[in-house]
Amino acid sequence: MNYVIVGNSVAAIGAIRSIRELDQQGNITVISREKHNVYGRPLISYLLGGLINEKRMSYLPDDFYAQQRINLLLDSEVVAVDSKAKMVKLAGGDLIPYDKLLLATGGDPFIPPIEGLADKERVFTFTTWDDAAKLKGLAPDITRAVVIGGGLIGLKAAEGLNLLNKSVTVIELADRVLSSAFDRPAGKIVARKMKANGIDVINEDTVVRIEGEGGEITGVTLKSGDFILCDTVIVAIGVRPAAGFLKGSGVEVNRGIVVDNTMQTSVTNVYAAGDVAEATDFFSGQKNPMPIWPDAYTQGDVAGIAMAGGKKEYEGGLAMNSIEFFNVSTISMGVTNPSNPSEYEIHTYQDIQNYQYRKIVLQNNRLVGAVLVGNVERAGIFSGLIKEKIDMTPFKQNLLLPDFGFINLSKEIRNRLFSPQGKAVDNGKRAERAVGH
Amino acid sequence: MKRIYSIEDACIGCHLCEVACITEHSLSKDPIKAFLHEPERPIPRCTVEELNGGVVSLSTTCRHCDEPDCLRACISGAIQKNAEGIVHIDREQCVGCWSCVMACPYGAIQRNLERKKANKCDLCPDRQSPACVDACPNRSLVYREGSQK
Repeated sequence: MNYVIVGNSVAAIGAIRSIRELDQQGNITVISREKHNVYGRPLISYLLGGLINEKRMSYLPDDFYAQQRINLLLDSEVVAVDSKAKMVKLAGGDLIPYDKLLLATGGDPFIPPIEGLADKERVFTFTTWDDAAKLKGLAPDITRAVVIGGGLIGLKAAEGLNLLNKSVTVIELADRVLSSAFDRPAGKIVARKMKANGIDVINEDTVVRIEGEGGEITGVTLKSGDFILCDTVIVAIGVRPAAGFLKGSGVEVNRGIVVDNTMQTSVTNVYAAGDVAEATDFFSGQKNPMPIWPDAYTQGDVAGIAMAGGKKEYEGGLAMNSIEFFNVSTISMGVTNPSNPSEYEIHTYQDIQNYQYRKIVLQNNRLVGAVLVGNVERAGIFSGLIKEKIDMTPFKQNLLLPDFGFINLSKEIRNRLFSPQGKAVDNGKRAERAVGH
Repeated sequence: MKRIYSIEDACIGCHLCEVACITEHSLSKDPIKAFLHEPERPIPRCTVEELNGGVVSLSTTCRHCDEPDCLRACISGAIQKNAEGIVHIDREQCVGCWSCVMACPYGAIQRNLERKKANKCDLCPDRQSPACVDACPNRSLVYREGSQK
């Protein structure tokens, strides 16, 4: 059996591990356009900011590929898939045959057409190790940077540059930063922290022109007419599924690669996982590309099992992010900012001065989302409650407690999670005894 | 694999499991030194939860899941599952992003804010059975073969 995996990030790793659980003999070829072994992609801002060295970028020990007997083709771009002949074509013209193919190419940064952008040298995106390395290499020459986009990638790039003592301005079209993953108060807290650390955040505006002579940048002009002095521009508006190479392959691509619940595409024996796939959403059951690290792993795992002849279904992806900005912890999960709030029950606690915020979102007495800023201890209990669709009716009043835990839920839930099997006793005697003291 | 289970009705809320965990993961493995004299007191990897002044209590800890959500969420590869099934954190590799804290449905990963490192149960590799289990005066904690849930 010839397994070919296009892409070499966490979805690929999930797939490799599950294929090898079921099939120790088959050939696995991994093809990546990047030149690195698998690395912690979200760590690129840590690398840029000097918080970690290059060695710590490695997601797995270097001998992982040898141990799993992987034929690893780095620095190789797949330019086409011929699903009839069951071959992928590399940029150099080589053809690689497959029996089972996984497309896990992730996302490409989206660069909008901005006047003056095309001929400028110091316009960067920020999604790969090489992006971070390039910026870091140029850092001595950078004085002022403008980051276009106040999402997770933009803010992490801004933080990294700020840690290198660069003057940074973030320009965000929406009325707040982090508008997709977080709600207004959480965005406000993060923006406040960014500003306290010397990063300028401009909302409801956008760059219309990059100014400068030849390849050099002197600044950017905003829609409002303002001019911001800078020598470097980072474009962090978003990523799009990297599926361009599938033209003519027969593999159906909508907003991402269309997949079923085993992660198989519209073409038999071709699978997709990770940011490039349009996988099922946990709540709606609708298909959406969801660029979430743990879901990419799980999708890769599900695809790998199917490719190796096993059976497992993807249960739907739950959006979740845990990101720190200048040591303020933020976690968001599920529905955080519903567009039709009247259908939801929302509880909040906030102490903006101290960078503390907690928001709980319920629908039909089920927990469907949470935002935690500052105190994020044991946040995963909420993700578990969301996934298990537990009826929260008796526990609602406890959800905002700063030390919320299993003790605020029912004994039945605690027993199910922690008691030894067959030892789950519930006679209530102990409580009576204690009350009698 | 062997896992730590918790019998709520037997728990007296004494927190000795936490004391034993701190001691076991200290430099000296001596409780007095660990609590009073060492430069850094370890954070307990089990969490005793209490309600009504301890009328209800329970010690919760890592399940060493078959498909660990913490491992899948970890962005640095610091969390791995070894051949024995033990889910462990490489402290050098951890960047303190708290993705594992976000993902663990058992609330079993603690934050070491000083060090910016995640902290979790390692089932006490130097011992026959985990320190928390051995320290439990009412055998509320048991260590035995069993499934994750």
